[in-house]
Amino acid sequence: MTAPILAIENLTIGLPIGGDRANAVEGVSLAVNPGEILCVVGESGSGKSMTASAVMGLLPKGLPVRSGRILFEGNDLLALSPEAFRRLRGVRLGMVFQEPMTALNPLMRVGDQIGEAFRVHGERGDVRAKVLALLEDVRLPDPPSIIDAYPFRLSGGQRQRVMIAMALALGPSVLIADEPTTALDVTTQMQILRLIRGLQKDRGTGVLFITHDFGVVAEIADRVAVMQHGRVVEQGEARAVLDAPQHPYTKALIAAVPHGRVRPAEAAHADTVLKVAGVAKSFRRGGGLFRRGTPVAAVADAAFSLKKGETLGLVGESGSGKSTLARCVVKLVTPDEGQVLFHGTDLLPLGRGAMQPYRSRIQMVFQDPYASLNPRRRVGDIIAEGPVTHGVPREQARARARDLLALVQLDPGAMDRFPHEFSGGQRQRIGIARALALEPELLIADEPVSALDVSVQAQILALLDEIRTRLGLTMLFITHDLRVAAQVCDRIAVMQRGRIVEMGPTAEVFGAPRHAYTRELLDAIPGKAWTPPLEAA
Amino acid sequence: MSFWKRFARNIGALVGLAILVLVGLMAVLAPVLFPFSPWEMRGIPFMGPGEAGFLLGSDSLGRDVAAGIAHGALVSFLVGGVSTVAALALGVTLGAVAGYGGGWIDDAIMRFTEFFQTIPSFVLAVVLVAIFTPSITSIVVAIAVVSWPPVTRVVRAEFLSLRSREFVQAAEVLGRGPIAIMFTEILPNALSPIIVLASLMVATAILLESSLSFLGLGDPNLMSWGFMIGSGRSVIRIAWWMSVFPGVAIFLTVLALNLVGEGLNDALNPRLARRRGTLPA
Amino acid sequence: MGAAKLLRFLAARSVKAAIVVLAIVVFQFVLIRLAPGDPASVIAGQSGAADPLFMEQLRAQFGLDRPMHEQLLIYLRDMLTLDLGFSHRQQQPVATLIGERLPATLLLTLTAFLFAVTAGVSLGVMAARRVGRAADSLITVIALTFYATPIFWVGLLLVLVFSVWLEWLPSFGMFTVGADLTGLAYAADVAKHLILPSLTLGLFFLAIYARLARASMLEVADQDFVRTARAKGVPEGRIVRAHVLRNALLPVITFAGIQAGQLVGGSILVETVFAWPGIGRLAFDALLARDYATLLGVFFCTAVMVVVFNLITDLLYALVDPRVEVA
Repeated sequence: MTAPILAIENLTIGLPIGGDRANAVEGVSLAVNPGEILCVVGESGSGKSMTASAVMGLLPKGLPVRSGRILFEGNDLLALSPEAFRRLRGVRLGMVFQEPMTALNPLMRVGDQIGEAFRVHGERGDVRAKVLALLEDVRLPDPPSIIDAYPFRLSGGQRQRVMIAMALALGPSVLIADEPTTALDVTTQMQILRLIRGLQKDRGTGVLFITHDFGVVAEIADRVAVMQHGRVVEQGEARAVLDAPQHPYTKALIAAVPHGRVRPAEAAHADTVLKVAGVAKSFRRGGGLFRRGTPVAAVADAAFSLKKGETLGLVGESGSGKSTLARCVVKLVTPDEGQVLFHGTDLLPLGRGAMQPYRSRIQMVFQDPYASLNPRRRVGDIIAEGPVTHGVPREQARARARDLLALVQLDPGAMDRFPHEFSGGQRQRIGIARALALEPELLIADEPVSALDVSVQAQILALLDEIRTRLGLTMLFITHDLRVAAQVCDRIAVMQRGRIVEMGPTAEVFGAPRHAYTRELLDAIPGKAWTPPLEAA
Repeated sequence: MSFWKRFARNIGALVGLAILVLVGLMAVLAPVLFPFSPWEMRGIPFMGPGEAGFLLGSDSLGRDVAAGIAHGALVSFLVGGVSTVAALALGVTLGAVAGYGGGWIDDAIMRFTEFFQTIPSFVLAVVLVAIFTPSITSIVVAIAVVSWPPVTRVVRAEFLSLRSREFVQAAEVLGRGPIAIMFTEILPNALSPIIVLASLMVATAILLESSLSFLGLGDPNLMSWGFMIGSGRSVIRIAWWMSVFPGVAIFLTVLALNLVGEGLNDALNPRLARRRGTLPA
Repeated sequence: MGAAKLLRFLAARSVKAAIVVLAIVVFQFVLIRLAPGDPASVIAGQSGAADPLFMEQLRAQFGLDRPMHEQLLIYLRDMLTLDLGFSHRQQQPVATLIGERLPATLLLTLTAFLFAVTAGVSLGVMAARRVGRAADSLITVIALTFYATPIFWVGLLLVLVFSVWLEWLPSFGMFTVGADLTGLAYAADVAKHLILPSLTLGLFFLAIYARLARASMLEVADQDFVRTARAKGVPEGRIVRAHVLRNALLPVITFAGIQAGQLVGGSILVETVFAWPGIGRLAFDALLARDYATLLGVFFCTAVMVVVFNLITDLLYALVDPRVEVA
């Protein structure tokens, strides 16, 4: 076995006094061999990104390295002068970040930003030709025009390709990728993963790949290290860790990964609760007082129906119109045309007063647990607010709120506290309690778990499932995660550019997809070849 | 950490608050400390500070400069406070309607606001006070008329971003009405920038009032700091104290309000205050 | 941005500017109507000094016997053909008076503006690069001080120090009266007279730009693309110049546009203090004489100056930021 090109030995990084714990990273040892991909996986706050920043010498001020060494090509990086470290960055060490939308200077042409890597390291010769070749390497369309474009003209995936080109410009021996695909759609994610894998193979680059997603690990890793609370709890060959995890935390994490096994469809009920027909909505972009903007279709000719007790999944990438369609059903967005029939009554022509009785029967759970609760109100008031609005006496509503807190497995003491005192998962439970307070028949869940860590995700999905069966709820479930959809939904509707391109029972859509886009989506599920072991937990 | 603790961590803000309390006391106690009209002749003209019983000297008509400053404090606070409240009322209403309503109504209000921001505010204030004849009412109205546009912009931006937040959508789905949503869901979350802005607006209003009365557009019945500086201007070579001390009063008050504003900002937006970028030297 | 696109941008913004100017005239018309008394008496001043003949002349000029909308049209036509009325006090058309005084005001405001922007931004950048250290605190305190000081009072203090006590610089006027200098000697004389007024006007705005530039630099320094540059191994000096500063200047440009009105307003005070023969001084004299035709003329003129200045900052912004959509 060759010597590792990058070896982190016993690294400890302190946190400022008053942090959650003493050290952000504690006693971490990792090694990246030439030409291999090491995935560091963990939930938010596990210290995985901090480790990556330390290797690049980009730790925020106020986070001191307390002990340890980072050996890179035989030298201890931590002992280097700032100037010597700078000369390594971009030359021998390259890095790609999570957020492609903000990682590029908005005022500088793409080509100049890549070219800067050459210029600041004294690279002479035809920089433009080299940049063009790089753009070609990362498979950007039409490099001669992209080189002179400003970042705002590029999509997220394209910007991430630019970032990769920039990181690889001078042929570094190690590439550090900090969640490089997390902000991207699945299909783009798969393209970027394949790109990184391909370039890394061709160039023999060692990669330190930070991720929270075991699917991505399964897709790309040679070896994997699992981090929890700043420590590495398990590391080894990717296959071995994924299929036979040893540490309890790894087992729990892998058990929480949505397994994507299709859930047995329940016998369909005869009653149709919701029927959506011919719904279309377009937004205007630009424009002003005197000028109408150009219309952009968000939803076009959408039709589906929901039977009592059934769960329909609306699946698609960002911008596919799935959230807009869901908001049309609760009239947060008013469609341009079409019908939304709830037990046969079209909701769209109803005024605010006439709509009021239906408000309590259709409720919604939102995506972002940090934005969906009013930070200035107490939890009890947030949950009781709905019934109070609908005329239930305040005391009665609060009593019910207490019961609901128990239902979503929170302490009744939460009543008088503010949302910021709770974790993301707990907030999402509060959001669910708020929706249930009105005893709705139809629950619309808009990406209810996509902002949560994987273990919390599993708990919330289990809670939703339990409530759904117990209360006999009908559910419209919006998600971009196909594995989650498979697990939760009886039927699936796949959306692309505002249209439902395929709809059918979950097993059929997943087993025998008819539309090309559905196939593409399924193909893009990271680590689809890997099925999380059932007995992991 | 409590609001007061965060505020008290900012030493400048504490100093500002102390100055404000002192100036406030001076305004309230003026009739006790100087129980005579500031327009009254109290002795020999052009006495320097400390001479002939004049703490801060006397002016060209033998009036007591210190008495003028004490009595002028009330005018400054009155004009600053009332015009700010008026500008807030207008600005918050317009901003809330624009930000929550969106669409054409937002466009219309914003064009209107931009238009008012284009008009040079001080020149407009001068014209307004001049043609409506100088009085405390016309001064307050003029200052309010030129100060509301920034409020509208801030409130509109806050409402615009808050109204698309999921907790507001949740309230809509629960069936709450637009007025209730604006007051109970959005406004409480938009209050901190409004409070900070208000403290700075009082400061600007005091500066504006002093500028107007410096030009001779003050209320002729009320002693004010700007008027004192204006009347001392032509004799600055022989009686510097006539212009210097009232100026110090304005400076300290405005400075204090700005310091308090910054302290409020740090205390009300703890996340922003902590977010200090690191720039290389 | 290509030349053709730039021209289109300029054309679109000019149309907007023209609409604003029209709106200003309408606003002024409404203002005169809202004032107590009929427009002629407002314009002539309440002192009752105007002779009946002049009042009659004014009434005819405003077409006061005609319906309101015709009056508005007459007023629009007058203003847009730069017929700003007649100053009874000075026995001259207002437009002529303003035309004579405008160059002095432009000289003063532009000098003050350039001084404020360059010195203010430099100080702000310096403070941001030494954030939390003594130099930063000093600059912050200086900025806060000038921000809180009434502009006319700064002028008086400067006069007191540099003219009365030190006798270094002239305290009033634009040139030495009776010296009859020409050429370079004249320019030097004007420059000497210009120092105190432009310093007075500039210091307040210097404070604003220093605070703004500091905050903006710190905010940009926190952004992801700065970290990207660092990961690329870009030297710190170049990071500040090429990445942080350019982005941090955008809000400064925006603010310069918004502040234009204040700058012009401040010149009234400064010109009053220093007897600078510009339109600000003209406005002050008109105030004393209750010559409201002239006052309104100055108001119109300053508003148009701000519109033009905004046009220039819009253009500048579009040149710097590629994201500006050509409307």
